[in-house]
Formats: sequence, C-alpha cells, structure tokens
Amino acid sequence: MTATLTEGRAAESRPMDLLRFATAGSVDDGKSTLIGRLLYDTKSLFTDQLEAVEAVSAARGDEYTNLALLTDGLRAEREQGITIDVAYRYFATPRRKFIIADTPGHIQYTRNMVTGASTADLALILVDARKGLVEQSRRHAFLCSLLRVPHIVLCVNKMDLVDYSQEVFERIADEFTSFAAKLEAPDLAVVPVSALLGDNIVSRSEKMPWYEGPSLLHHLEHLHIASDRNLVDVRFPVQYVIRPQSTTVTDFRGYAGQVASGVLKPGDEVMVLPSGFTTRIAAIETADGPVAEAFPPMSVTVRLADELDVSRGDMICRPNNAPSTAQDIEAMICWMDETAPLRTGGKYAIKHTTRSARAIVRGLQYRLDVNTLHRDEGATELGLNEIGRVRLRTTVPLLADGYRRNRSTGGFIVIDESTNRTVGAGMVLEAG
Amino acid sequence: MSQAAAAYRVSHLDALEAESIFVMREVVAELERPVLLFSGGKDSIVMLRLAEKAFAPARVPFPVMHVDTGHNFPEVLAFRDARVAELGLQLVVASVPEAIESGLVRELTDGTRNRIQTPVLLAAIEKYRFDALFGGARRDEEKARAKERVFSFRDEFGQWDPKNQRPELWALYNGRHHPGESIRVFPLSNWTELDVWHYIARERLELPSIYFAHDREVVERDGMLYAVNEFFRTRPGETPFTARVRYRTVGDASQTAAVRSDADTVATVIEEVAATRITERGATRGDDRVSEAAMEDRKREGYF
Repeated sequence: MTATLTEGRAAESRPMDLLRFATAGSVDDGKSTLIGRLLYDTKSLFTDQLEAVEAVSAARGDEYTNLALLTDGLRAEREQGITIDVAYRYFATPRRKFIIADTPGHIQYTRNMVTGASTADLALILVDARKGLVEQSRRHAFLCSLLRVPHIVLCVNKMDLVDYSQEVFERIADEFTSFAAKLEAPDLAVVPVSALLGDNIVSRSEKMPWYEGPSLLHHLEHLHIASDRNLVDVRFPVQYVIRPQSTTVTDFRGYAGQVASGVLKPGDEVMVLPSGFTTRIAAIETADGPVAEAFPPMSVTVRLADELDVSRGDMICRPNNAPSTAQDIEAMICWMDETAPLRTGGKYAIKHTTRSARAIVRGLQYRLDVNTLHRDEGATELGLNEIGRVRLRTTVPLLADGYRRNRSTGGFIVIDESTNRTVGAGMVLEAG
Repeated sequence: MSQAAAAYRVSHLDALEAESIFVMREVVAELERPVLLFSGGKDSIVMLRLAEKAFAPARVPFPVMHVDTGHNFPEVLAFRDARVAELGLQLVVASVPEAIESGLVRELTDGTRNRIQTPVLLAAIEKYRFDALFGGARRDEEKARAKERVFSFRDEFGQWDPKNQRPELWALYNGRHHPGESIRVFPLSNWTELDVWHYIARERLELPSIYFAHDREVVERDGMLYAVNEFFRTRPGETPFTARVRYRTVGDASQTAAVRSDADTVATVIEEVAATRITERGATRGDDRVSEAAMEDRKREGYF
C-alpha cells in the first residue's frame, strides 16, 4: 500500500529534464518555419515577438511572415537576410525543457554547426520532400556523427507539396538510413512533416495514416536520453580548489568540479592524475549538504581521505579505469579561423577539460572532404571550415579518452596564442 | 528504461544550476579580477545565490557591482544592501549621478539614463581593473542576446562584435584576453524567465516586494504602466490612477513599466508567467522599444 502510494506520487511529481538539440538547414528547407511552429504550438512564442516579425516582414514586402526573423536577431542578419551565427531558443512542455541551437546550414557555416552539435543530445536534420537528400543533408549527418550526437531525427518536410506520398517519404527515409548506417549514427528516426501546416509536428497527422511513428514533438519529449551519459568511466576534472580562509570553517580542502562521466561515491578508491597517487573519497559536498553519489552533469566538491597535492587540471578517476596520459595526440580537428590556416609546425594553446597546454602540430595526415568523405592525403593545411586528421605534441600530458567513448574528456579547443581567438575544435582519436 | 538510468535522473533545474556553477568556478579559476553585477533584480539575485553555492563553504570570492542610474526603486536598493551585508561582500557602486556631476557623461534631454550608464560601467571596469563581469542576462530575453556567448569577449573599449565572436564548444570556455580587454560572463544564458521563477521557489529566495502584486499610482503610456515617482515625468494628458500591479523586471525606475497583476506569491507569479503571451522585456522595457536592434546597438557600445 505504502509502496504504491510512493510510486504514484513519484510519477506525478516527475521533474522535467533537459534536452539540447541542434538544427541545421536553410530557410529553403523550412527550418525556421519548423522552429517557429514548435515554439508557437508549445506557447513559447510570444505575441509581441510575433507582431514584431510580422511588422518587419510586411515592411520588407515579404509575401509571408518570415519566421526566420525570430532567430536572425542581428542587424547584419536582418539586412542581408542570412543567418550568421548560432542562435539559442528555448521551449518547454510539461515533460521536458528544450534548448535549440539553431545553426545555419551552408558549408561556409560548418563551424557554427560543429559548435551547435558539440553540446547536442540530438540533431534535427531537415530535407525538402520534393528534393530528397542533397549534399547538405549528407554533410549535416556526417558532422553529427563526427561530433557523436547520440540521436538524429530526419524531418522530411513539405510533405503537403508531394501529396503526403508514402512512396516519396520511404524512398528518402531508406536512402538516408543506408547512408547513416555507414556513419554509425547511433539512433535515427525519420518523421514526415509539414512544418507550414503543422502535420506531425505536435500531434499525428490524419493526412498520413500510413505513418505509424510518433509526431516530432512526441518523439522529442519521450526520447530516452538518460543513458546517453557515460556512467561507467569515473572522470572528475578538478576545476578549482576550495579552501575557506575562515575561522568558522577550518581544515576544509575540497576539489570543485563537474562530473564528466561515471558515478562517484564516498568510500570509493580513486586515483589522481597525473601524479598517480591513490586515495579514497572522504565526502562529496554541495552547498545543500553532502550527497551519497555524484554523476554527470552534477557540479560538486570532492574531499579526499589523504592530503595530496591536487590542483586545477588534475583528474580524479579509478585506479583500474583511467584516461590515457599522453603528449602525442591524434585528433580530428575542425578549423574555425578565417585569418590563418592550420599548418604543420604551427604552435597553439589547447584547452582540454580544465587543463591548458601548448601544442605543436606535428603532422596533417589528411584533409576530409565533408561532402564526399574523400581523404586528401596530399593536403598541407586546413582552412576555415575544413576538417582533417592531425598529430599533435603537447607541452604537458593530456588526460584524455577517445572522443567516441567520452565527449567530455575527448574534446578540446585550439586557441591562437597571439589573438586569443578559438581557432579549432579537436576530437581525440587515440591517445598514447 | 534501465534501473540505473532512472536513478541518475537530473531535473532541468539541477542541470541548469550545475552548468551555472561550473561557469562561475571556471571564471574564478582562470580570470584575475571578476565582479558580479548585482542590481537587486531577480536574475542577479539568482546569480548571487549560484555564486554562494559554487564556492561554499568558502565565501563568494569576488565583489559585486551596481551600476546605479540614480533612478531607483527604494525597496530594491534596500534589498541590495541587506543581501550584500548578509553575505559579507564588498559592494562597488558605479554611480551615474556622480558621473554626471564629474562631467564623464551628460544628462540626456529626455532625462533617461539607460544609454549613459554604459560609459559609467566602462569607467568602473577600468578603475577597478575588472577583467570578468558576471551579468544576469539570459538568451531568451532578447534576440541579440540569443546569439551571445556564455563567455563574451569585449575589446578595450568594452565593445561587443557580434560577427566576430569566439566559437563556444562543449563546456570549454575561452576566457583569454589581453590587458584592458575583458570578458562578460552570463551564467544564466540558458535559463528562461520561468526557470528563474521555479528556482526562486525551490531555493526559497527572497525578492524585493515590487515583484509581487501591490497597489501603485501609475500612468499609461504606449500601452505600458509607468509608476508615478520623482524620476518619471508625466506628460500633458496623462492622468495618474491606482492599479494593482507588479514588476516583471527591475531596471531604471523611469524606464521600467509594471504589469497588471494579482500575483502576490511566488506560486501565483509562476502561474502568471507560464500563462503570459508577452515577453518580459516587451511588456516592461521602454528602452528596448527604440528600434528593432536597440539591444544590439547598446551592447556594441559596451552595455551589459
């Protein structure tokens, strides 16, 4: 009786969770219409925003209310009618809060899409049902797989313009599915929609009785994402050491950070890298009191049983499950700098977890054509938006896992030391 | 669903809190002289709470700063001072009236001080050599802000260059800068107005009373309700009347409008915010109504 009551209450007060997704595409695919529709139908679009967009659209002589204006907020974007950067949008349903990273789809904005995909649980790729898969769709799918976005949804849009044809939909779905299989995309769903008319966006459309899957929103709401996190490999990058200078709190020394992966518990035997010393977790503290376990993405403060020399950039892991400690790094790098290319011999700053290092480019093995996946082994540099396999030598060891296994401890950014700009995104292939 | 996955559930508020705490710790670890912009408004109250949590049991390791236009709601100013005292923080006041006095800025003919607070802010940054400023801005507030980074680089003139922003990947924030340049940091980037209110409820945070329904003498202008006070100039034809209102945002007292409301508790405010169809800045900020790109233009000049 008691158990049933407790369960009932737990289900009722089930808290909302958070899903981040990236969208890629251009106005032509109806991406802005789709986002506008999701926002509007979940009551996340406000009257004054809509009125402002309608007024600007009318003043510009647009034939329809251009919902792209909702996200294209910068003066230059409005003037040129283009999207130049990642825009973040928010909506929520009673089950979930959603963060949309809305990125432009053209090849010259690859860096924006890579940026949006880096934190995404899911990527939403749009195709126009009349055109089917185009070069851009394949590129988007490839970038999502490179960034290890765990879930992909292909929206076959403008179904109203192909008479809601099952045949058209299935041809596109089959083609995409076989292409995605080559990319090892982890989870794929394909939904036929009309963003303009709202078919299969919030609720199942009556016009496509042959489609047996959920509506887009239902899929986004119910998708199981909790086990996308790596709960196996304990990785706790030390971010900051908390040592109160106070008369009321004495002898407190805690290592603050966000759990990158795995589950930490008081009493666990742990190893601190790079020193390699082992000790036990004495307690896991938060401002609301100690906790029995910590897991991603919790920000906590870990206290260790022994006094060790631990500082920012160190990593707490398990003695029998540690990242590699290496100065020679093989990585895929997406170059993001328009002013200078990546070249062999180039020196850069690296930020990886909470650790900073300097790195020299020892070699460029190949440059990847993001449309054909052809490897150009004769390439000598990576320009803006180009992706290639690079060998790096770092000044201090990176405590890294392969990006495929761990997005948090496998990703790094490359920084130009003179301009301080972020010029590249790296994904560790293998360390050691 | 596996048992393990069910057990390791993280609510959206917990995820947002964890991210904000990570951001604040990252700033303190990597930058020299951070400061938190604290106005006594709800977003900065939440931000200060997150700072408290990020460094507990140690004290918040940076001062707070208020850019004071001189047009204040007395309740908010009293709240600011009480909260600062409670946490034992240093408060820096960058005063617009003093800057007018000293000739740093000139009072505009319409008496509004939104635009002239930017040079005052920049002067304070220079005087105290702050290199990181925590601001409570959220991306859901305004379309220019929707494109702003969590770590937003500002050049030596405090300017934001929206077309030339640093890509921000994973949780790897780049706070590197040269002397004189600075980073604006927005820990609440991914929060919405409703998230803020849910967090206020969960944390039982105290707020200045003007956030809750009360009777106030107002005039209606451009469809908005402005309080009649010493900073607000009524125009001919405007007749003050008493209305039951509350404030959705708290800014300059001459520029911030109230909304009609009966919501006098956090719970009823949450209901109201969840049901409203107008954005908080659209409903309450005269300063955003100047043009389509009013916020972007102010930000380029070094605004928050």
